[in-house]
Amino acid sequence: MWRFIFHRLLQAIPVILAVITVTFFLVRTAPGGPFDSEKAVLPEVQRALEAQYKLDLPLHEQYLAYLSDLAQGDLGPSFKYPGRSVNEILFSGLPVTAELGFYALCIALVIGVLAGVLASLKPNTPQDYIPMSLAMIGICMPSFLLGPLLVLLFGITLEWLPISGWGDIPGDKILPSITLGSAYAAYIARLSRAGMLEILSQDYIRTARAKGLPEWQVVTRHALRGGLIPVIAFLGPAFAGLLAGSFVVETIFQIPGLGRFYVQAAFNRDYTMILGTTVFLSTLIILFNLASDVIAAWLNPRLRAQYQRGTR
Amino acid sequence: MRSISQALIGFSVMLILAACGAGESNVVQGNRDGILHYGNGAEPQGLDPHVVTGVPENHIIRALFEGLAVKNPITLEPEPGVAERWEFSDEGRVITFFLNPNARWSNGEQVTADDYVWSWDRALHPNTGNLYAYMLYPVANAEAYAKGEITDFSAVGVKALNDTTLQVTLNTPTPYFIQLMDHYSTFAVHPETLLQFGEKTDRFTPWTRVGNIVTNGAFTLEEWSLNRRIIVKKSPLYWDRDRVSLNGVVFYPTENVVSEERMFRVEQLHYTSVVPLDKIPTYRQMPDSPYIQSPYLGTYYYLLNTERPPINDVRVRQALSMAVDREQLARTVLQNTAVPAYSITPPGTLGYFPPQVFEYNPEQAQQLLREAGYPNGEGWPGIEIIYNTQEAHRKIAVAIQQMWKRTLNIDVTIANQEWKVYLNSVSQGDFQVARRGWIGDYVDPNNFLDLFIKDGGNNNTGFANATYDDLILYRAPRAPNREARYALFTEAETMLMEEMPIIPIYTYTSKHLIHPSVEGIYPNLMDSLNLKYVRLNPNRRLAGVTD
Repeated sequence: MWRFIFHRLLQAIPVILAVITVTFFLVRTAPGGPFDSEKAVLPEVQRALEAQYKLDLPLHEQYLAYLSDLAQGDLGPSFKYPGRSVNEILFSGLPVTAELGFYALCIALVIGVLAGVLASLKPNTPQDYIPMSLAMIGICMPSFLLGPLLVLLFGITLEWLPISGWGDIPGDKILPSITLGSAYAAYIARLSRAGMLEILSQDYIRTARAKGLPEWQVVTRHALRGGLIPVIAFLGPAFAGLLAGSFVVETIFQIPGLGRFYVQAAFNRDYTMILGTTVFLSTLIILFNLASDVIAAWLNPRLRAQYQRGTR
Repeated sequence: MRSISQALIGFSVMLILAACGAGESNVVQGNRDGILHYGNGAEPQGLDPHVVTGVPENHIIRALFEGLAVKNPITLEPEPGVAERWEFSDEGRVITFFLNPNARWSNGEQVTADDYVWSWDRALHPNTGNLYAYMLYPVANAEAYAKGEITDFSAVGVKALNDTTLQVTLNTPTPYFIQLMDHYSTFAVHPETLLQFGEKTDRFTPWTRVGNIVTNGAFTLEEWSLNRRIIVKKSPLYWDRDRVSLNGVVFYPTENVVSEERMFRVEQLHYTSVVPLDKIPTYRQMPDSPYIQSPYLGTYYYLLNTERPPINDVRVRQALSMAVDREQLARTVLQNTAVPAYSITPPGTLGYFPPQVFEYNPEQAQQLLREAGYPNGEGWPGIEIIYNTQEAHRKIAVAIQQMWKRTLNIDVTIANQEWKVYLNSVSQGDFQVARRGWIGDYVDPNNFLDLFIKDGGNNNTGFANATYDDLILYRAPRAPNREARYALFTEAETMLMEEMPIIPIYTYTSKHLIHPSVEGIYPNLMDSLNLKYVRLNPNRRLAGVTD
């Protein structure tokens, strides 16, 4: 097992290097630069700015300088926010985005697994159709539509919940978490239904039923563990996706998270910020994928055996 | 699993708590405590007056710092700031500022004339990379210093005669110079504080952070949470503190205008930076409407590339301009939130009213196009309008495309470009027609008319006329009085609108939602707010807010 983890980490290094290199050169081929503005920039000012940010060096020197800073954990200064480093901006936004993602994932898991399991127990009956139709709607409904609808209903009409902010007013974390979580709840519902259906038709479930176990014990003790493996495999990428993809929700609800910086950096041609967020998030995605593989192996004896034999 | 279930329990408790009543709104609480909740549009890039550019930064910096002179929020005429008075001599070429001896930095030190000399050196120094350095170019030798042509700052026309007397020598008499003292690029910063964190010309030291920053305005920095809020509180050391009624202001980075409007509706904000267009009719109909709209010192126009056929022909340019029905555009697409424009300078710019050289005239437009060799659009090679990606710009471009098709029977394509790509196209002259807006830095026709001098950095049209340059650069600054000066501007603007390197479309308006409890925010051309005049009156409520 440890050997498996070690191998995967080794594989990750060239992947991250490739991400850095491609991003570094790609952002520089985009038209326009970080200091372009609607008012013409005087040539002497442009020169001074480029010198302060080392943009006057040849491109390969800039690249090497970036790599050597990165090796020391320094992602450089932000172009858009003078006086702030990319590290600082990342670490101010990350806890907020991670908390939002965590709540969203909890909501998605509870609703999704419940709906999926219910549906799988009586396939092709209303108990299946209703939750699955809702899941389909959840997948199709984008957060920029669901968010404002929830705000309108619970925030403005009913006045139950605050409509913006994060940790400023009690309850202001509820609507964004639900908005972000709902699409994932829908995916999880479909995954757990499919997983459960496959497991419920297996021999060992028939055996469990045959020895007279009540149905709820069959489901919770025997079927769930195997049936949820696809869901577990999905969780790693899902959480990474929640971190990188919370931009819309953060904008709707005025949340000081990472997503807004990530997207705006590209519009601002904030080179260091684009690189920093991309490198950071791709590292996270690799780590989360690895973690979900490890958990899946722990849950699934067949996979575990494969890893131990080192055939994978 | 344990932590997950704990989080879930906490979450449900929060839901129940919240459902039992969302508590007091920001506005109600703020009115009681004297705290203004202010929608500020975006997260400021920073708070260093010599580094940043932009409107959200301006609002916060002008709460924290004060210039030598400030603008009266009603008349926009200058009134005392750090300088209690100023005198002109040598026919307006020399200005002596007498600093208020009670003006204090927030650490208790006196604001001195030397602080200004040091700060202007920093603002102009080539290494600082100050985008607004040109604000100080009227000062003798300032431009040469900023361009690195001279390196000795003592040659620049600013001297501290003693602690409270600052003498400024200008190149030529500059009637709007006092106004520039309210622009943040001319503000003083506290030298010792900056030097504590780095070099004088460093752009990215942490000197503007809470706990480090030393300011001289009506408010001091209390909290700065990235993308969440900035809190300032009333300064106990500010010289005019008795006039300051607010105890503090909370600035919110309200990037999403729709969310901002919703925050206003549930009384989380007193003031919004802007109003979504489709919400305006509803707010207008409200009794005691919180919607405040007023003319703004900015013009929305189309740049015409005078070096590209077919619009290198002045008759084609005139035809295009005359075929735009600005009244209809303002009424329909813009929902009466803009004023049709027939010139580059907004009307009423410190008493200046631009000439109207042309009007909407379909017949004459067709005639001109015929003369140019495209009768009823025959043989028209086609042109393209570019604009930066935004729904409002697209709607206007589509409307104008249809007007040109209807009136002139010519085909025009429209293309959107991402912001930086668009900026690049415009600055490289890689376009035929491009959407553009210009917001004045100071209230003077010069700020609009000097855009179109030959090779001006913001000209972008290829327009060049020696007589025009002479009027703007040489004759107007030497005019004996305001009337004579404005007459020269009128002459120049007439010339500009006859050559038509741009198609003026509308004059901007500022649009805000302002809670009825807020007093002392006056509509003015600069959309300039002086927070020391603002008061909160808890007895006024928003109509239509249900309890």
